[in-house]
Amino acid sequence: MSILLDEKTRVVVLGITGGEGTFHAGKMIEYGTKVVAGMTPGKGGTKHLGVPVFDFVSEAAAAEGADAAAIFVPPFAAADAIMECADAGLKLVVCITEGIPTFDMLKAKMFLRTKPVALIGPNTPGIISPGKAKIGIMPGPIHTPGTIGIISRSGTLTYEAVQQVSRQGYGQSTALGIGGDPIVGLKYIELLELFKEDPGTEAVILIGEIGGTAEEEAAAYIKASFPKPVVGFIAGQTAPPGRRMGHAGAIIAGGKGTAKEKMDALEGAGVYVAVSPADIGAKVKEALRR
Amino acid sequence: MKIHEYQGKQILAKFGVRVPRGDVADTPAAARSIAEHFGPKVVVKAQIHAGGRGKGGGVKLARNPLEAQQIAEKMIGMQLVTHQTGPEGKRVKRVLVEEALDIARELYLGMVIDRAREAVVVMASTEGGMEIEKVAAERPELIFKEYVNPGAGLLAFQARKLAFKLGLEGEAFKQGVKFILGLSKAFEGTDASLAEINPLLVTKSGDVLALDAKMNFDDNALARRPDIAAMRDLDEESPLEVEASKYSLNYIKLDGNVGCMVNGAGLAMATMDIIKYAGGMPANFLDVGGGVTEEAVTNAFKILVSDPDVKGALVNIFGGIVRCDMIASGVVKAAKALGTKIPVVIRLEGTNVELGKKILAESGLAFSAADGMKEAAERIVGLVR
Repeated sequence: MSILLDEKTRVVVLGITGGEGTFHAGKMIEYGTKVVAGMTPGKGGTKHLGVPVFDFVSEAAAAEGADAAAIFVPPFAAADAIMECADAGLKLVVCITEGIPTFDMLKAKMFLRTKPVALIGPNTPGIISPGKAKIGIMPGPIHTPGTIGIISRSGTLTYEAVQQVSRQGYGQSTALGIGGDPIVGLKYIELLELFKEDPGTEAVILIGEIGGTAEEEAAAYIKASFPKPVVGFIAGQTAPPGRRMGHAGAIIAGGKGTAKEKMDALEGAGVYVAVSPADIGAKVKEALRR
Repeated sequence: MKIHEYQGKQILAKFGVRVPRGDVADTPAAARSIAEHFGPKVVVKAQIHAGGRGKGGGVKLARNPLEAQQIAEKMIGMQLVTHQTGPEGKRVKRVLVEEALDIARELYLGMVIDRAREAVVVMASTEGGMEIEKVAAERPELIFKEYVNPGAGLLAFQARKLAFKLGLEGEAFKQGVKFILGLSKAFEGTDASLAEINPLLVTKSGDVLALDAKMNFDDNALARRPDIAAMRDLDEESPLEVEASKYSLNYIKLDGNVGCMVNGAGLAMATMDIIKYAGGMPANFLDVGGGVTEEAVTNAFKILVSDPDVKGALVNIFGGIVRCDMIASGVVKAAKALGTKIPVVIRLEGTNVELGKKILAESGLAFSAADGMKEAAERIVGLVR
């Protein structure tokens, strides 16, 4: 089983005719994802990668039954793209774009409040339900179908975790990145709720990093109402305060958002916290043995 | 991005937020003529990107233009040390010379993005001149907050609420409301990520002005704010960081001696962490990005090893879209061009890993390949000891 994404999901790719869009849409199709349409304003009526291209998301939804989107458009157009997808009634929107201004995302999130849409990202590697489908830029072949859910704020660090888990003999139900920006769509709690209801998920790995309080909020939720074992890791234990560590959201500001606070909160919630990033796989094994 | 106080005040003035009259000077003579214009009594303030300037001797009162000149003489060119600069301090290139005002009250006004609430928050406090983090920890009831609706902006009644809670009355109330609304417009109109007016000054006659101004901006929005982007002061940044930014590399200089180069911000932080876990200290954060090219790898490696504190380097690449063979040849090229002598441990994983390892083995360089992050970190820490 999996959450949010499976082999039936019908995907429209925004920015499909661009370089990034073409490359990754191709890889998604190769992996088995049902990419049913593309959207690039002004290119409606053409075909690309064998699928019809539309001027508007709503047209792709009506004509091809698209119910999910992958967004590969430039940063200043991305918030608009997110809102267009929500307005067209899509259920799942995955925004890969990095570098969207925070004010644009504040407005987009406000717009999304009244829409029944699950937004993943922005600034995310995407989401993959191994063996079924992927929407994003993660390498498909490193993943294997299995029972571990992974929620992360990072890209390559998630691949690292996937590989460690695979070496312990476990696969993944669904692995996804919530995004490295300060303002993102679904966060840990909403995703943990989905993993809680997914009978195909036995345990969840939560990979956080410095900045914000999303991990602390997740810890409170886990303590109160998450029954499955959780393994945690927080990146940035050696990060200096006041500096943005690559991700726009990875910054210790005003003494808040340190790795220690987050690790303490997770420990307090009964999470198996890996201090070293090399121990994530081993912690999963430990958590499942108990 | 950070800017200087005088630049922050220029922005605020444009949005109708009242600031003391004055101007910026990069020579003592200029400081004197500004004092002649706005004085006779003026305040001379060193312009560096760090707080705590007053305690470090970077803020002085001058009773007349001659004194302003003498103070500027000493201040311009000095290494100003504050609790935020580190022991080496920062060189003062210019001073802000402003009219000296009488002080009835010192308040606090700040704006930041509240990530949990997904809104900009305006914070006001009666405890001006204090560090707001300290007030928040010790007397949270003295901080008043209003959240800004992203669609509607800060509303007049919200500004009135804050002004009322600050205890402003009469003329000061009127000016306070205008000040708060103006600050909010400046914040959104420049894609700011932080604005701090500390202290917010109330004079005896009820004037409300920004005695200090600190503003930071969203780096992601700078491309649409060219006037803000032009305010960047490269002298305030580490030279290696400036160099790295030319190649769109995320590089941050740290205190240790193990240089590291990684693809992806999360993995880069985790690599720093595991270096420390293995008993060493990272010399930097360096994320070459997800879609890195061979040229970027070469440049990144050059920047990494040109830090004189670096005694060894750890390259940690998890190739997904990025191919390990491309990374390997970029590093080999850079190391050969530079004649790198320090030990380098490389951990490659993912796409084309075997090909990458082969390139390293055949390079003739004393690179050591490691399996896994743990082994890589332990080996490089052992080698720099």
